[in-house]
Amino acid sequence: MMNLRRDVFQAIADPTRRAILLLVATQAMKAGSIASNFDTARPTVSKHLQILTECELLEQKQNGREIYYNINAKKMKEVADFIEPFRQMWDDRFNKLESVMKNYKPKA
Amino acid sequence: MELKTKIDAKDGEQDLIITREFDLPLELLFKAYVEAEIVEQWMGTKVLKLESKKHGSYQFETTDPKGNKHGFNGVIHEFSPNLKITRTFEMENTPFGVQLEFYEFEKLTDDTSKLTMHVIYESVAMRDQVMQLPFAKGINMAHNRMQEILNQLK
Repeated sequence: MMNLRRDVFQAIADPTRRAILLLVATQAMKAGSIASNFDTARPTVSKHLQILTECELLEQKQNGREIYYNINAKKMKEVADFIEPFRQMWDDRFNKLESVMKNYKPKA
Repeated sequence: MELKTKIDAKDGEQDLIITREFDLPLELLFKAYVEAEIVEQWMGTKVLKLESKKHGSYQFETTDPKGNKHGFNGVIHEFSPNLKITRTFEMENTPFGVQLEFYEFEKLTDDTSKLTMHVIYESVAMRDQVMQLPFAKGINMAHNRMQEILNQLK
């Protein structure tokens, strides 16, 4: 379970993937329409879609011959509840501590 | 990038353990918790008072982007240089109560050190609420974006 959740956070750490989630949050979309919102090459967008689908943040729905991407609200809420933002906050704080102390000059 | 900070918070318990290894000699790591002007720099807070000794107390104040001031305070119970600090911590005017914090400082090599923070909350519910604060407040950009997404789902 821990690993699965860590993967989810790696998934949302990428700005393009976050942008995809924002796009799809309002309406189900086809891969082509999603890709048309980005300058990125289409196979790259497909790869992002695949990662988001694998960690269950996106769901695929077949409609005739078309595949639509939908946001998985349940999974997104689960992510929101999780501890990772807390860990990120502490990590940022400790990184700051480390850089402040690396530049520390004892007073003469 | 892999985070260097580890958090162990078991379901249904009222405490958590935060560990972090630093590329800093033990003495420098410890100093970061002791001297007011250094605490101000890395915590991004104003230090109104910091008495780094047994029976000492401290008071911090931060100002948020809207200009609101938030107070933090606590009392120091144990102060063993380069080894251990035991203190309480309270966010004023919040429902989160007082937490008890044990900081253990350890030398790893001449240039590296480790901090282990053991934090005990008044209840399981309070611990869980505090852990969710960063998300609620959107401290980190990635998660601000996540909040936008979630808002659209409501």
